[in-house]
Amino acid sequence: MIRYILGRIAVMVPTLLLISMLVFVIIELPPGDYFESYISELRAMGEATDMAEIEELRERYGFDKPPVLRYVHWVGGMLVGDFGYSFEYRLPVSDVVGDRLWLTVLVSFVTIIFTWLIAFPIGIYSATHQYSWGDYGLTFAGLIGIAVPNFMLALVVMYFANIWFGVSIGGLMDREYMGAAMSWEKFRSILSHIWIPVIIIGTAGTAGMVRRLRANLLDELNKQYVVTARSKGLHPMRVLLKYPLRMSLNFFISDIGSILPSIISGAEVTAIVLSLETTGPMLIKALQTQDMYLAGSFLMFLAFLTVVGVLVSDIALAILDPRIRLGGGSRK
Amino acid sequence: MKTPLPEPGAPLGHYVSDAPFDPYAAERKVEELKVIAQASQFQLMWWQFRRHRMALASGIFLIAVYLMIAISEFLSPYNLHTRNIDFIYSPPQTLRFMHEGSFVGPFVYGQTMRLDMDTLQRVYTDDRTDVQKLRFFCRGDSYRFWGLFQSDVHLVCPAKDGEFFFLGTDRLGRDMLSRILYGARISLTIGALGVMMSFVLGIVIGGLAGYHGGIFDLIVQRVIEVLQSIPSIPLWMALAAIIPVTWSPILVYVGITIILGMLDWTGLARAVRSKLLALREEDYVLAAQVMGAGSARIIRRHLVPGFMSHLIASATLTIPGMILGETALSFLGLGLRPPITSWGILLTEARSINIIALYPWLLFPVVPVVLVILAFNFLGDGLRDAADPYK
Repeated sequence: MIRYILGRIAVMVPTLLLISMLVFVIIELPPGDYFESYISELRAMGEATDMAEIEELRERYGFDKPPVLRYVHWVGGMLVGDFGYSFEYRLPVSDVVGDRLWLTVLVSFVTIIFTWLIAFPIGIYSATHQYSWGDYGLTFAGLIGIAVPNFMLALVVMYFANIWFGVSIGGLMDREYMGAAMSWEKFRSILSHIWIPVIIIGTAGTAGMVRRLRANLLDELNKQYVVTARSKGLHPMRVLLKYPLRMSLNFFISDIGSILPSIISGAEVTAIVLSLETTGPMLIKALQTQDMYLAGSFLMFLAFLTVVGVLVSDIALAILDPRIRLGGGSRK
Repeated sequence: MKTPLPEPGAPLGHYVSDAPFDPYAAERKVEELKVIAQASQFQLMWWQFRRHRMALASGIFLIAVYLMIAISEFLSPYNLHTRNIDFIYSPPQTLRFMHEGSFVGPFVYGQTMRLDMDTLQRVYTDDRTDVQKLRFFCRGDSYRFWGLFQSDVHLVCPAKDGEFFFLGTDRLGRDMLSRILYGARISLTIGALGVMMSFVLGIVIGGLAGYHGGIFDLIVQRVIEVLQSIPSIPLWMALAAIIPVTWSPILVYVGITIILGMLDWTGLARAVRSKLLALREEDYVLAAQVMGAGSARIIRRHLVPGFMSHLIASATLTIPGMILGETALSFLGLGLRPPITSWGILLTEARSINIIALYPWLLFPVVPVVLVILAFNFLGDGLRDAADPYK
């Protein structure tokens, strides 16, 4: 087992290295750099540009050096916890992200809990009542949930919230608490706003999870051990919870890989529509303005979380499911 | 079967069927089964697929939609770029058939616009005396059919000197219905082209990795892992940001298609690879190798047909993702650029809550997006079930 984990970690290193190269190339590819767009922006506003200051900034962040050196500098900095400097915000990247991070984690965490709370009962119901009207209705509703992209759902919900309640539902808190220190009132304000983004962001995830849970559970429910358990007189509920449900949860664990980064990135497009103060809109803005260290380090961080998430889910699967542990060990 | 059991100890009744005896029944059965036994894989799939009503209906719907985008110029009442400056943000007009108790055929009432001086809003009211009968197969705005030849024939046009905005107009007074029909052409082809591209990439790369294994397989696996580790929307965005602003809209269209295709092949390549890993150990592959077939030929002629149906099913399920990807990118202003019109571009008009509250009909492009995506999901599900021989 330890060998398996060590092997997996050893494979992670070249993967992360490749990712960092790819991210750097992506960030470097657009023509020009942040300073060029900054200068033209200043000119457009009719302000004088202090070329000396900009040249100094350029030099300090190595924009006069060849890309390879900059890459080494960037990766080397990240290894010691220096994620670079955001030109847009005039702050170190860690400070810019840090501010929004906890809000994002809060939204995502509540969303995931919401998804689980809704998806589990529905999935179990659909699987145990296959081809009933309830199953058909829920399956259809789920398909619509998958088909409607979250940001469109956000638009539609915004429209109906406006007609029915006459409120605009953007944002995560009332305006006066923005930038204020954390307080009980601010927390209450967030709580009263958070349910709308949670429902909107959670819909597709819930629908997807119901579908997979239903499919996996149906596979298990048709197996003979279920019949055996039933014929031995075990209570149907107990049979369900004790065996097939547990077996069908493998997909749930392998989801950890994708859940980890999504906690941090927080549904970018939806967040823009709802104007949430999460990291998603920040990342998109950074990509648009070529704020390269902010965008690059953040992308890298997300990719790192994905790789770690996949590793964690693989290890968890290997621990929980002997078929994977033994099969994986002997074949490869 | 249903007859009650005889009394315990009583002799069991001897069952004789009343049906006339046919000694050749078994052979006739063989003839019938022969059709199934000799049917090709795709014929079997079709028989199975036919039974899935929802998937069949979705397939027909999608075929109809794709046929429609071939002639969207003819179907839409207006040209894509026609601005009706007198009818800016006109609400959808109701299509009516009865005027003052008598049937006059499809028509709309004329509209008069008045500027509300308190809210500075345009208020449109129906003029109940102005009956504007719709014309069919008529001459209206001129257009270049697929950019090839000039024409001005439309399926339906407004009455002479009248207007017909079935779904309202946008901020430049352009007809939403026409724009949605034109947008369908871009949104739907981007998904199809992107999937074709990822299909080819997936089969070639996954096929080589699975069949040859070794160092190539290792590299491919790492690359797939890397591409899948970066969240898709930021990756799309970053790549879309690379497309220079100076490119013409058509080049941008091609560029976005390539980006969507380039990032989507990983899933297919994985599926192909794992299938090939299992199939290459089969005896018929050894036989082909002994006869001197090259690896390209073995993959193409012997291995790929074995799981083509699965691939088609899973490709169908990835088209909605591409359509949504394009919509999201365009919505963010990173994807296509006007004058090219896609559903995502149309939705950018409905970005803010104020606009939605005042002009809700701008949200209408959501409906075709959802319908098409639902249809692709049903179709893909049906195809997957049909392709699965163990069902």
